[in-house]
Amino acid sequence: MKILLSGNEAIAQGALAAGCDFYAGYPITPQNELIAYMAKHMGAGTKRSPGPSRIFVQAESELAAISMVYGAAAAGARAMTSSSSPGISLMQEGISYLAGARLPAVIVNIMRGGPGLGNIAPSQADYFQATRGGGHGDYHLIVLAPASVQEAYDLTQTAFDLADKYRIPVMILGDGILGQMMEPMQLSVQKIKTAPVKKWALTGCRGRKPNIIKSFFMREGGLEQANLKLQQSYESIKQAQIRFEGLFLSDAEIVVVAYGTMARIAKGAINRLRGAGKKIGLLRPIGLWPFPQKPFQSKARRLKYLVVEMSYGQMLEDVRLAVEGRHPVEFLGRSGGGVPSEEEIIGRLQRML
Amino acid sequence: MEKIFKRCQSLSDLPMHYCPGCGHGIAHRLVAEAVDELGVREETIGVAPVGCAVVAYDYWNFDCSEAAHGRALAVATAIKRVHPQKLVFTYQGDGDLAAIGTNETIHAANRGENLSVIFINNAVYGMTGGQLAPTTLLGQKTSTSVDGRQKQLHGYPLKISEILAALPGVYYVERVSLESPAGVLKAKRAVKQAFQNQLNNLGFSLVEVLSPCPTYWGLSPQAALQWIKDVMQKEFPVGRIK
Repeated sequence: MKILLSGNEAIAQGALAAGCDFYAGYPITPQNELIAYMAKHMGAGTKRSPGPSRIFVQAESELAAISMVYGAAAAGARAMTSSSSPGISLMQEGISYLAGARLPAVIVNIMRGGPGLGNIAPSQADYFQATRGGGHGDYHLIVLAPASVQEAYDLTQTAFDLADKYRIPVMILGDGILGQMMEPMQLSVQKIKTAPVKKWALTGCRGRKPNIIKSFFMREGGLEQANLKLQQSYESIKQAQIRFEGLFLSDAEIVVVAYGTMARIAKGAINRLRGAGKKIGLLRPIGLWPFPQKPFQSKARRLKYLVVEMSYGQMLEDVRLAVEGRHPVEFLGRSGGGVPSEEEIIGRLQRML
Repeated sequence: MEKIFKRCQSLSDLPMHYCPGCGHGIAHRLVAEAVDELGVREETIGVAPVGCAVVAYDYWNFDCSEAAHGRALAVATAIKRVHPQKLVFTYQGDGDLAAIGTNETIHAANRGENLSVIFINNAVYGMTGGQLAPTTLLGQKTSTSVDGRQKQLHGYPLKISEILAALPGVYYVERVSLESPAGVLKAKRAVKQAFQNQLNNLGFSLVEVLSPCPTYWGLSPQAALQWIKDVMQKEFPVGRIK
């Protein structure tokens, strides 16, 4: 059976299906449907009795929200928060601590215009922040970028599993259009998952040595060793967790590279040009970190790339790094609430043909 | 011969890194004694601060979490909500609890979280080298108030305990002082009371501990204790606040 949900609600529903049992958030547009959906479906937010009920807390700030997620994750819960660009900036300290303490958590960023207070229009201008770590120190998040309401629901469940598997914070990176847009979607079988047993979690040290959750390593060489372990984990993620969608790549002379909502719009443009016999393809990274580099290692001689973003060129840098100068890479982008239209993409592609 | 004084089970067998005459070692032991006496070592989760006591988790022998500077009560809120049957407490200094973390402190208290807070007030930032703290006394010289704290420039010593006591979500607030053996004994009773309140589901409890920092007060350990009695307690009177 299909139901009609907004992207924000679908992410919340995906979290519930994944067994998320702790949510803390602070209101900010354009993700307010998400926090409201969690408030409605998680529980009363009061101190619960032991049992399977879930916990919702409206925090006093994004600083507190991410720290509550940190505490819940340390205590072994499947924990999530959500926000939008300025709020995610505030959370960066806590995200760095999550990464340093190797705590699993899911963080949703429904991006809006920036810098500063910016506006509440859709944007993809937080790509650098999301894929380069965002806070201080050598770390990464796994970053997943859904392009439909269905995919928002599905990838949120994936995010919880990846977070626990690698003990890493995972970010769902959407934009205001994805968050607000309503589409019919399929709820997968509602079998509530539970987090795997976490031997490292804080549960009281009955029958074992005390567990310590920390990211502070003062002894000489201690932090370097901890950071090397993080890097080893990132290497295994790079090997196993590459996600992208390719469309018409086998004969394409121009490949459009776009993610999230921008890829939906690009797909419309590509389908129209394909109808006119033009050999255009689409490469849509679904995982933004780790970035899918292999599909860019094409041996085709006549090939150009067009990167389209709701920013002034952020994923563009990853595409250029992956292409390594073998092919021309052009860029079309708008920011501050501007969204490149199908017509603008078609116009640009026609000039490139 | 009978052994009448021994290491608490809730303390690990490690030398502490604190300066001579520092109050943290005493305060750590009071926490450990209270946990032992309540018989909840294996049901306890501590949240350590950022500051001199950042590695308190190395000295305690039970589960602990680090928290970002000022965020201990947000972290503790979540741990307690996830594990409502455990004893969850934070141990925070004045900069952590009453400057960078004031928002988290006031809101956790106002929500009436069933938590215990051990608040170490030594009137300076110790770990970073003795800068002006929210609780620094008027006239007190620090590395960032070189002529002494002046009300026109720095405002007044922040009485966060009195502020918190005004909140309906707060059940218990007491200010104690480590200036003498008698003060230490009272401090111990207050810490144990704050833990017992939580085990009885009575809500937010806070114990403010006036604690010596001879290094950054520029005093000998003995003179630092005298300064607490003669100067600090005038601004921060000890006793039950709520």
